[in-house]
This record gives sequence, C-alpha cells and structure tokens, in this order.
Amino acid sequence: MSLADTRQAPESLAPKADDERPTIIIQPVRGWFQLSLKNLWAYRELLYFFIWRDVKVRYKQTILGAAWAIIQPVMAMVVFTIFFGGLAKISSEGLPYPIFNYTGLLPWQYFSLALTSTSNSLVASAGLVRKVYFPRIMVPLATTIAGLVDFAVAFVVLIGLMVFYQIVPTLSILLLPLFLLLAVVTAGGVGLWLSALNVQYRDVRHAAPFLVQFWLFATPVVYPSSLLPEPWRTIFGLNPMVGVVEGFRWALLGTNPPTAMIALSTIIALIVFFSGVVYFQRVESKFADVI
Amino acid sequence: MSNYSIRAEGLSKDYLIHHAQTQLNNAQYRTLRDQIAGVASGILRGFGTLGGSGMTHSTLHAINDVSFDITHGEVVGIIGRNGAGKSTLLKVLSRITAPTRGRATIYGRMASLLEVGTGFHPELSGRENVYLNGAILGMHKHEIDRKFDEIVAFAEVEKFLDTPVKFYSSGMYVRLAFAVAAHLEPDILIIDEVLAVGDARFQRKCLNKMQDVGAQGRTVLFVSHSMSAIMRMCQRTILLDSGKVLADGPSDQVVSDYLSGGSSSTAERIWDDPAQSPGAEVARLRAARICGPDGNVSESIDIRQPVSLEMEYDVLRDGFVLMPNMHLYNDQGTHLFTTIDVDPEWRHRQRPAGRWVSRAQIPGNLLAEGTHFVNVSMITNDPVIPQFHEREAVAFQVYDTMDGDSARGDYGSQMGGVVRPMLKWENRRISTKL
Repeated sequence: MSLADTRQAPESLAPKADDERPTIIIQPVRGWFQLSLKNLWAYRELLYFFIWRDVKVRYKQTILGAAWAIIQPVMAMVVFTIFFGGLAKISSEGLPYPIFNYTGLLPWQYFSLALTSTSNSLVASAGLVRKVYFPRIMVPLATTIAGLVDFAVAFVVLIGLMVFYQIVPTLSILLLPLFLLLAVVTAGGVGLWLSALNVQYRDVRHAAPFLVQFWLFATPVVYPSSLLPEPWRTIFGLNPMVGVVEGFRWALLGTNPPTAMIALSTIIALIVFFSGVVYFQRVESKFADVI
Repeated sequence: MSNYSIRAEGLSKDYLIHHAQTQLNNAQYRTLRDQIAGVASGILRGFGTLGGSGMTHSTLHAINDVSFDITHGEVVGIIGRNGAGKSTLLKVLSRITAPTRGRATIYGRMASLLEVGTGFHPELSGRENVYLNGAILGMHKHEIDRKFDEIVAFAEVEKFLDTPVKFYSSGMYVRLAFAVAAHLEPDILIIDEVLAVGDARFQRKCLNKMQDVGAQGRTVLFVSHSMSAIMRMCQRTILLDSGKVLADGPSDQVVSDYLSGGSSSTAERIWDDPAQSPGAEVARLRAARICGPDGNVSESIDIRQPVSLEMEYDVLRDGFVLMPNMHLYNDQGTHLFTTIDVDPEWRHRQRPAGRWVSRAQIPGNLLAEGTHFVNVSMITNDPVIPQFHEREAVAFQVYDTMDGDSARGDYGSQMGGVVRPMLKWENRRISTKL
C-alpha cells in the first residue's frame, strides 16, 4: 500500500455514532402499500436532477432547439383551423377558431408528450434501474414534470394570440394553475400505469401512440363539448382531459364555467393517479429483474 | 446491538427462468401476446402451464440462505465463480432487487457501486455529469459542490470539463466516473469489480483510494475476481458457491481454499444436467478440464510442462461449422490470450451431432507462475451464433520447482510479467579490448 497519497479524513467526515446512523431493513415485499414518503423526501434532489437532465438534453443536437416546443402546437393549430374551423365549420363558441383551438391544444400537447415520454421513461433508464437503487417513481414523475418547460414556451404564443384577438382574461385566470395541475396529475397517473406496465409488457410502447390519437378525439380540442347535450356533457368529464381543456378555456377565454364536468374530471384524475402510485410501488421491486 | 454494519439473515433470492424451446432468441421480456397465448394453451392443456407459449420454467436459487454479520469498519471481500451469486447478493444488499426470503439490516448510510458511470448522459458535459452521477449515487448537491474540485483533479479531466462526455476517450470517461464514486462518503460502500477499468496507473490510484476509504473506518464490501486485490484490501473474505456461503474467514485462508479447490476441484467442471448446462441451439457445454502432460486432470502444473485445456460438449444439430475457443486470464484479470480451434480436419467441415471433445495444448515454459482462469466458449461460424461462453470454467496454478532449468534460470525471487517464455539467449564476446 502506498502511504504517500493517503490523506487523513477530517474529523467531521468520520462515520457518525451509531445512534445517528440510519437503519435500512431489506426484506421481501409484502402488503399492498408501503410507499415511504420519508424516503421520497430524502431523494428529492434526485428528482430535481432528473428533471434538469430531461430538460437539458431534450433539444440537444437539434438545429431549431426549443423552437420545437412552439412549432408543434402552432402547426397543429394551423392544420386544425384549416380543416375543422375553415372547412368543417365546427362551432368554436363564438370565439375565433385559432385561439379557441390553441387554448385546448396547449394542455393537450403537454399531456400527449408527457404521456408518451413518461410511458417509455423507465425502459429508457434500464441501465440505471439495474445498477442503482433509488425510488423508481422518480423517473416517471421527473419526465412528467419536465414536459412543463415545453408548455411554458408554447404558452408565450397563447399570450400573443390573446393580444392579437384582444381577449382580456377575467379573474377566473387565477384558476389556471389548478387546471394545469389537473393536467399534470392526469399525465402522471396514466404515465405511472403505463411506465410500470411497459417494464414487463413492451406492448405498451406500441399501444401508447394509438391511445394518444384516440384520446385526442375523445377530448374537446378541435370541437367544444357544448356539442353534446346534457347529461352527456357532464358524463364526458369522465375523461379527465375534458375537464382540463374546458377549464383552460374557462380560465383564459371566459367560456361558461363547466363546474360539474371539472369536478368529475378531478375525481377521475385523482383515482387514476393514486391507483397508479399503488400499482407502481407494488411492482417496482421486480423492475430490476425483468427490465 | 450495533457495532454491526450489515447483518444478513437467511437471505435468499429465486429467479424464475423461462426456457424458450422453439425460438433461437430467448425472450427477455414477455409480451401480452405471449401471456395470452400461454394462458390459452394452458387452458387447452388443462392448465398444464401458465406463461409463454413453448416455454418451460425452472427456479434458480441465485442466493440461498446467506447469513453473515459484518462489523463496523471491516473490509470484506466476496469471491466465487461466475454464477455463484455474488452479483445477486450485492443487488439485494443495494436494494436494487428485493429478496425472496430472509432479511438484511444495514446500519448506516450506504452507497453501492455496481458499475462505473451509471447514469452518465453522453450529451451532458463532464461538469454536468458529475452532478447528475453524484445525485444518482446518493450525494447531496452541497456535498458535490464541496468536492467538485477534488473530483475533477482526481479524474485529470480539468481541460475537458465543459465538453460533452460523448467526446471523451473511454479512459477519460471511466476516470471521471470512478472519481465521482470514489468521493462518496458513505458509512458502507459496496463495490463490484469496478477496478477492472482504466490503465494500470489509474487502477493503482483507484485501489489506493479504496484503501483510504477502508482506513477511514468505513465498511467496505468488495466483489472481485482479482485475488491479489482481495488479498491486498480485505482482512476477511466470504466465498460463495451456488448461492451459498461456502467459506467465511481470513482472506489468505479463504482465497487459497478457493484456488486449490476447497470442496470441489477448480481443474475440472462437469455439467451433469443438460438443462443446467450452458448452451444454445447447436452446442451445449458438458465439461471443461485442465490436464497435465500425463493426460490426467490436474490443477497444479509444472511451469516446464505443457498443459492441455479441454472442453467436452454436445453437438445437438448437424450441419454447423463450429469454432471452439478459450480465453486465458491471470489472477489480476489480465486477458493473456484467446485461442481458437484451427484443427485443419474440422476447420471448414460441418460437425455431425454427438458428444465431442476439443483440446488445446499450451506448451511448457510459456505461462508465468500463478493462477490462471480459463473461459470456454463456442460459436458457430457462418452464421456466427454464440452457443456458450462460460467464464472461469476452470482454473489452474502454474508453479516453478526452481530446479534451475525453467525460464527463471538461477534467479530465485519475484519476477513479474504475465507470461514467462523460455527464450533463446546467445552470448559472444565481440572484442577482447575494453
């Protein structure tokens, strides 16, 4: 042993006394719920670093960079405006079709991107899952949250559209963060389910794009939910994204408040999210074995 | 209670192994289709099997009733053949996978290092990866801030800190990755074979760093194939075999037990059960052995004598050209050479099914003294399909009787070197004048 480069550890770095040391017990997984919030809290910095990584690498080696976050929804809006607003003359509740559509597209784009990337997030991190311990739930959660950066960029365009069409938001705009949260919870909930299922059944990767496509038409992005008569309109809220999109229009454009629908959407989103958390932590101990 | 760092009580981990019977590629993960087809065929066969179609299952006890106590500040080595359960044990202790039975208690902050550079992102710069990797290994941001300069200096990558690591040479990459890990300050450090990285100089640096960690009174659990590293670093060693603790005691004792065979000889290994033997569609390994000049199995070989490496295998299908090959490693993990079957008789010919034996002879006066490990491997040629590759299937010791007629001549002490060929030396006086 070479003593030349052996340095003495400073006193403060020496291992702590027994009573201060944390104790970890490793044993077979039992019961249906044992998510430790304390453990999640201990790893909160990792969540931050995962989000930071996802944001940093998202537009690496692209020419247009973050402009993609604008191009995608704007191009979608242009196409929808031509076909649904222009040719099919779908009602837009008295609003100019482009802004009516874009207000719905904004949370929808966030949701669809978050959903597809989250469902693939664990498999994409297979190397990590096999070699390091950390609460696995951090991976899909970080991916879901990282998508908000694109949302923020695309939101700038919406402000531009509101100025252009001279739409002054009412006080209900204060509710916007809640609807955004509803979108995050929905994307996170579905993402938790799909990412965990994807570890074992890679079918998810192929099914997710279809799911998103169908879901778009089951969500009032290109049309208003007022096309449906009651009580179907409220029942439509069983799709949580209906509540999100109608909530966005209410908060930003001052359409009629769809309260019952939003309440239903919120309940469903919470059910999906918490069942997702339960399912995820039930199967996460097996991830390293099957991924 | 706890002067303990780690207490393992009856730890066991079972894996359910799926054998695909009809497809060339073993299914790594199931698809819903497999499940549905499996359930459907199960119903047809009266619930005979559940699971994938054409699959059979067997249970592998990767670790089986493993118990030990490690006290605070001990540096403990874990050795055993490949497949003995070392990696599974580390995975269970690192909380990567849950045990099937038993329990372990870890007293203190633990960090595990099963691979160098886990979580490095190629698009991020060296600086960014230090933070990301540190966080993944369980460091807090303020800790990384505090140690950042030290990490960078240790890795010797100061100039390239803001370059994406995808442009790093593999040496730089590995140095940076090890540097982050080496600056973790856990109470318990679990390390798997990460020393097999970088050049010799950096390896020495890593080893010294790890000895520092041990000297600071931290507990270290260290898995390695390098017996010399184990002997140098660890006072105590645990030997695993087929998932069980075979020996647990002072390193020199356990290591010499392991090398000399202990309960089972290292010079011969036989796979009696075809289901458990390594292999694929075309060939299946049945035995590997080391034979001395008299043709008998021997694990100690006189440095002057030739040694035969032998593999016995079943050829399961006609019509393939086979390329048996073997890989020799020394106890430092240095790859000495690979040898491929070039027997002119069978080199280009398809081998009929049956039990075969292939033998390669290493001449005397070529290998150095010490322990040698042999990987035996088989591929088919055209198309190239790997059939098996068994790491450290067998091992043997080369010794020098010091009779004066080996390559060491009359020199009696440490010689070093990975081979020791007998070379032809010539001397003549070229002038009588000085």
